[in-house]
Amino acid sequence: MSAKQPFDAVVTTHGPTILRVCRAVLRPADADDAWADTFLSALEAYPRLPADANVEAWLVTIAHRKTIDLLRRAARQAVPVAELTATANTTDPGQLDLDLTRALAELPDKQRFCVVYHHLIGLPYDEVAEILGGTAAAARRAAAAGIAKLRTMKGLTP
Amino acid sequence: MNAENRNHSIAGLLSPAPPTNTELDTLRDRLAQRAEEAGLLDIAYRTLDGPLGTLLLAATPTGILRVAYQREGLDEVLTQLAAKVSPRIIAAPRRLDAAARQLEEYFAHRRESFDLPLDLSLSTGFRRRVLEHLPAIGYGRTASYATVAAAVDNPKAVRAVGSACATNPLPLLIPCHRVVRADGAMGNYLGGLAAKRLLLDLEAAA
Repeated sequence: MSAKQPFDAVVTTHGPTILRVCRAVLRPADADDAWADTFLSALEAYPRLPADANVEAWLVTIAHRKTIDLLRRAARQAVPVAELTATANTTDPGQLDLDLTRALAELPDKQRFCVVYHHLIGLPYDEVAEILGGTAAAARRAAAAGIAKLRTMKGLTP
Repeated sequence: MNAENRNHSIAGLLSPAPPTNTELDTLRDRLAQRAEEAGLLDIAYRTLDGPLGTLLLAATPTGILRVAYQREGLDEVLTQLAAKVSPRIIAAPRRLDAAARQLEEYFAHRRESFDLPLDLSLSTGFRRRVLEHLPAIGYGRTASYATVAAAVDNPKAVRAVGSACATNPLPLLIPCHRVVRADGAMGNYLGGLAAKRLLLDLEAAA
């Protein structure tokens, strides 16, 4: 039996990364909820996690499920995510900058997830593919398409 | 951060200010509260600074499970608890508020005994019997290892009493510091001899 870290150490190590992910894909209020939901679910499942598991990828997988839940709920309420993000974010310094948050919100979900999971926190494409379903190649293409769109929106040259 | 190397212009875009510690602390407090409500907080812990340095206090829903001295290695102790009891361990001071307050009163000569629920599950068999007996040695008094052995109906088990004291998971709350050698020497202490001396002096000065 190998030593498993106390869950508190997992929160210390990965809490900031998961918060960045949640904030990049959700509006601020939902991001905080998603973060708490993620770590509460993780806490419940933690004793069953194999000691050699990739904890970061495991947490991003849980965060992704929570994000999908929250996006579906928001969609049912029929308020455009981009609009919510823009209004909620104006009073919230220290977030992703407003333009980028809005730009990210305009990407199709798959592109946004691929950009955030790969470029923001550095997960390799095969892990991104495992979280989203599909192949690593498809994740790479979606991320590239998302980056290209962000560049256009931000007026950056390739 | 490897994202930076991958794509300079976009990495710049995607590098917002990291979340502040205050934001994270707020989220962690809420997480601890929700974990408690959901019955998932198997072990809550906090630290307490005092005359013996930093102490670790840990509790299950049943009661106080562990008091550890800094020299035991606080991270090491938490890792042991994760393996022996549950890895569902979160810093959550609330469950330990009463213990912290009573220890502070004890160090300030305002308390002679503790009134706290204890979880003795880290100790079994003979060692547990010894620990259950120790509170009978009153504040400011001492007993020899042999006396304790006799009191738990096993007069020959003097060494076993010694190891029960040396592995006491709840020092201070269960007063193993009041057990000394028959020749008057202090005997060992898991918090170090200086700590044992300080505690015996503290109680003698009351």
